[in-house]
Amino acid sequence: MSLALAEVKKIAHLAAIAVEPEELDAVGAKLSNILDLFAQLSQADTEGVEPMAHPLDQTQRLREDLVAEVDQRDKFQAIAPATENGLYLVPKVIE
Amino acid sequence: MQWETVIGLEIHAQLATKSKIFSAASTAYGAEPNSQACLVDLAMPGVLPVLNKRALEMGIAFGLAINAEVPKKSVFARKNYFYPDSPKGYQISQFDLPVVGKGQIEIEVNGEKKIIGVTRAHLEEDAGKSLHEDFHGMTGIDLNRSGTPLLEIVSEPDMRSAAEAIAYAKAIHELVQFIGICDGNLQEGSFRMDVNVSIRRPGEPYGTRTELKNINSFKFVEKAIAYEVDRHIDVIESGGTIVQETRLYDADKDETRSMRAKEEANDYRYFPDPDLLPVMISDEDIEAVRQRLPELPAVLRARFVADYGLSDYDANLLTSSKAMAQYFETMLQTAGDAQAKLCANWMSGELAKSLNRDELAIEASPISATDLAGLVVRIVDNTISGKIAKQVFEAMWQGEGSADQVIEAKGLKQITDSGAIEQIVDEVLAANSQQVEAYKGGQEKMFGFFVGQVMKLSKGQANPAQVNALLKQKLGQ
Repeated sequence: MSLALAEVKKIAHLAAIAVEPEELDAVGAKLSNILDLFAQLSQADTEGVEPMAHPLDQTQRLREDLVAEVDQRDKFQAIAPATENGLYLVPKVIE
Repeated sequence: MQWETVIGLEIHAQLATKSKIFSAASTAYGAEPNSQACLVDLAMPGVLPVLNKRALEMGIAFGLAINAEVPKKSVFARKNYFYPDSPKGYQISQFDLPVVGKGQIEIEVNGEKKIIGVTRAHLEEDAGKSLHEDFHGMTGIDLNRSGTPLLEIVSEPDMRSAAEAIAYAKAIHELVQFIGICDGNLQEGSFRMDVNVSIRRPGEPYGTRTELKNINSFKFVEKAIAYEVDRHIDVIESGGTIVQETRLYDADKDETRSMRAKEEANDYRYFPDPDLLPVMISDEDIEAVRQRLPELPAVLRARFVADYGLSDYDANLLTSSKAMAQYFETMLQTAGDAQAKLCANWMSGELAKSLNRDELAIEASPISATDLAGLVVRIVDNTISGKIAKQVFEAMWQGEGSADQVIEAKGLKQITDSGAIEQIVDEVLAANSQQVEAYKGGQEKMFGFFVGQVMKLSKGQANPAQVNALLKQKLGQ
């Protein structure tokens, strides 16, 4: 199956990945290949098969509800591009 | 032709755990920015989330409390979207296998009971906070709240008015506090409501809905619905169509506004989170949670009406929190079940009034349940009248001791010696001969005046029944 250009652009936008106009065709072809593989997979008869939530046949370990972390803000913020008054600063998100 | 309003609610209840849902950082409110945001909360590479057992148990407890199915298998999924207060680029939530399935809760509006369906409830992590004040044209991010456990409770579109929506929201609000899974603090954002509103002609399919996001007050929910319903009717009756969208309620202007910017990204591409394995919940796990569940408000309410003969109104009030119900039942241990109504009256009267005035929760009441019951006992055995009891209550509130100590110290014991009362009655009648003439001349409402005068002269301590009887006897002569 072949993805329309508009769909490729939408997927790129949702994933927040910049795709240059000249790359669109190639990226679209790769994505289409992946979808083809899934189309092939979906031909398998899965009647009565429980959907797999995880490839490991194990169950989730649980944590007791205890606070074990100490404040290491200074260390974490030392590698942040911009901070002020303990806040991480990011480009403005609303107009 | 009439329009019918159709409302569904999504409620985010913050779970009252000590640590976060997937990390061991504290969830305490009001800490210094980012002082409770650890590597997991910051989404640093190489970290792994580990599920908080207590958060899971709280989800199960809610499921049991609304008679819902709690599936054996629960799966966490990634909800993908980009926003700086969610540093992973996705929120860990649940999609097709939530911890709580279909359940229900009963509401009451104007004396009419109605069952509201709960579609599902799922566990998820909260996002951080964006501070849009000016940081040199940048936005400040506080990730302390990031990873705080939430239970998102999704209702069926079963509500038909703002009043029903409020009753449902309050019922859920009461329940989550009752079973101890959420502190219910609306101001601190522990309980947030999203409202889905649409209108239709009765009997027709649902109309297009709009979603009013993130409202943290019952009053605003009511106003937002009222505004939105009017807007829908205006748009449709003037030939337009409603666009399915998310809107924001502006309390200052009392209006809703479109949040168009976020709309195009409404494609979350959920998939099972590979960092988290499926959670298996055994029958023993569920049974253990059920054992710890308190008697639920609806059950308590029914029991209070059946066992103690209380009115629905009193039963509702006394089950509005677990602490209220406990206080009431502790009172009965001292006062006896026969005094249930009098105990309820004192709780809804003087006690509630004083707690309100001093802005105290019942847990912090200066008068214990046993002490208040001690006061009730003294009213019942005629040691003091109801009026004097209020005076005793006030002294008890000020920490002057138990009812008996206050009555003794202030000499408030009721006068039941008929000789003493007769003396006072005679005194009053002698001093008010004009009024006595008037009464005898047919002005029967003067009777209250005499009672008042006697009570006043006895400093309220004369037994009212005896005063009445003696006055009738003397004036009838």
